[in-house]
Amino acid sequence: MSAILAIIGRDLRLAARLGGDALTLVLFFVMVGAVVPFAIGPDRVLLAQLAPGIVWIAAFLSMLLGLDRLFRADEDDGSLLLLRHAAIPLEAVVAAKLVAHWLLTALPLVVASPILAVLLAMDQATWVDTVLALLVGTPALTALGTIGAAVTVSLKRGGLLAPVLILPLCIPVLIFGVAAIGAPEGSNAAFLFLSAISLVSVAFCPFAAALALRVSGE
Amino acid sequence: MTDLASQPKPNWFSRLAHPGSFMAWSRPLVVPLAVATALLFVAGLYVGFFRAPLETENVGSTLPLLYIHVPNAWLSQFVYGAMFVAAFGTLVWRHPLADVAAKAAAPLGATFTVLALFTGSLWGRPTWGTFWEWDGRMTSTLILLFIYLGIIALWRAFEDQLKAARIVAIVTLVGGIDIPIIKFSVDWWNTLHQPASIITATGPRMAGSVFLPLLLMLLGFTLLFLTLHIVSMRTEILRRRVDSLSRQAAARGAA
Amino acid sequence: MAPIPPPPPALLMGSDLTLTRGGRTLFEALTVRLGAGEVLVVEGPNGAGKSSLLLTLAGVLHPDSGRVAGAEADAPHLHFLGYGAAVKTRLTVAENLAFWRTMYGPSGIDAAAALDRVGLAHTAELDAGVLSAGQTRRLGLARLLVSRRPVWLLDEPTASLDAAGSRLVAEMIDAHAAQGGGVVVATHEHLPLTANHRSLRLGAPQ
Repeated sequence: MSAILAIIGRDLRLAARLGGDALTLVLFFVMVGAVVPFAIGPDRVLLAQLAPGIVWIAAFLSMLLGLDRLFRADEDDGSLLLLRHAAIPLEAVVAAKLVAHWLLTALPLVVASPILAVLLAMDQATWVDTVLALLVGTPALTALGTIGAAVTVSLKRGGLLAPVLILPLCIPVLIFGVAAIGAPEGSNAAFLFLSAISLVSVAFCPFAAALALRVSGE
Repeated sequence: MTDLASQPKPNWFSRLAHPGSFMAWSRPLVVPLAVATALLFVAGLYVGFFRAPLETENVGSTLPLLYIHVPNAWLSQFVYGAMFVAAFGTLVWRHPLADVAAKAAAPLGATFTVLALFTGSLWGRPTWGTFWEWDGRMTSTLILLFIYLGIIALWRAFEDQLKAARIVAIVTLVGGIDIPIIKFSVDWWNTLHQPASIITATGPRMAGSVFLPLLLMLLGFTLLFLTLHIVSMRTEILRRRVDSLSRQAAARGAA
Repeated sequence: MAPIPPPPPALLMGSDLTLTRGGRTLFEALTVRLGAGEVLVVEGPNGAGKSSLLLTLAGVLHPDSGRVAGAEADAPHLHFLGYGAAVKTRLTVAENLAFWRTMYGPSGIDAAAALDRVGLAHTAELDAGVLSAGQTRRLGLARLLVSRRPVWLLDEPTASLDAAGSRLVAEMIDAHAAQGGGVVVATHEHLPLTANHRSLRLGAPQ
């Protein structure tokens, strides 16, 4: 357990000292959401109607583009090789990296979501739904993302390949994530499906990603 | 002390699956398979166009397109199933023939999926009045195509084909597990946004007279896949031999 | 420091190893046995497969045939020191070492003592990014001391080290062997070892 906490702590500390990365991601997220009105016009009714979808797509893109950083630094400086002989199995290492990556890439988007809510004329109830859906759905994106990052870690130019591989696999998250927003209270099947997908992905993906990391080392 | 895993028991399967013996036994198969494929196509199209009705009430005059569309839609999924099985062969038994089978299958699967989408949209034009409708099955097939294309891109990104095979196998397995979830979510999404689906869940009801040509075409296309798959597996094995011979030649020059 | 438990017959056993990389056979039917207190020096020109042999023994590379077995089947039992320093430049030297001590289990000497041993005590609170290449290598050596693992696999441990650094490496290897550990070290430099050691020479590429 202390080893898992050590990885999470190290990744958070590194991100805090380097600073820029999480901020750039948030900036990208807000910008994607903010350019949509330029494309479809500043009609507040239309924007409010599209807002949940826009926020999800912005989060989707930000998280997919941030994937490459999951294992890249550890691969480049040799840490990943050493982590394979750590006292905890590689699957647990991946799970810890997953948690750290989620804290660094998904949580800031949730924190920044009020900005988009204002820009896209979202009402407060919809915004609360959106935050809940993002909190529940983004772990699945990060979990599937570990697989994408792991299979491309040995490629020097794997940057765009991971999002292309992972995007189709993430479509259920998008479908249920958007549908969970604004559904009537108490009968929200989409929200339950979204939770189920997240739980299963978080439980399953570290194993697939660890296997991919082992193969990548060969 | 020898490792058991490096010397698999010489049962019938591993004898057949050795790349060298595969080259030997597959060679005389290619021509008969091609001939059988051609015969089935001729028979299926003949029965389809001259013996069965060209129109039915619910499909209209586009019925012959069905004979092309349905086999391609079937193969788009069948080929992924074959890749899924090959992925196990690659990961569990590290079998070189499984690597080759998976690599040769991916472009074929993508092609059949493109054909399924293309004929589907040709079919949809008179039925729905538009080339593309976000129908549940069409949407799932489109996502399947994206997965195929991602896998092909991954194959091409690696120099080392042994590593590529194992990496792609992992993605193939994850994709295979995810496809039913994608299908479920797309169907759910489709009913959410479009309660009145044009094609019912059971598919268009078909007359018995349509069934025979459809079966012939299904068999014909499946044999077409088998033929093309064996040919492209042979090509891939030969390509790898040339590659390793060139490397050996280069190494000899250096020493 | 806890005494090493009674040594098993072999700390690390690689039997009948064959490895082919990019169509080239690096070694064939090679058997490597590392007992307690043994030092094995792997020599050979660049490209002869020294690093690949170490990675195979570490279980990272999968040999085409043969198998590698550690004393305890699955338990992590080895230290690997290779080309990658695994040092985060934005963490302090002490933080870097503390991280690896937690990851590998705090079974060795404490971090401050290890830094002192490799001559980095004065840098503990500095960012690892300010260390020279040689100092970074010494930080890697300190990692071997903070967690006790019976087997050390060292790939060019003296790279970017001066003569004093090479002596340090040799002393550390001697001390580890004296305590019942086993070391496989790949190097193309002469190491001033005093412990008994065997040499394994990998041939020129074929």
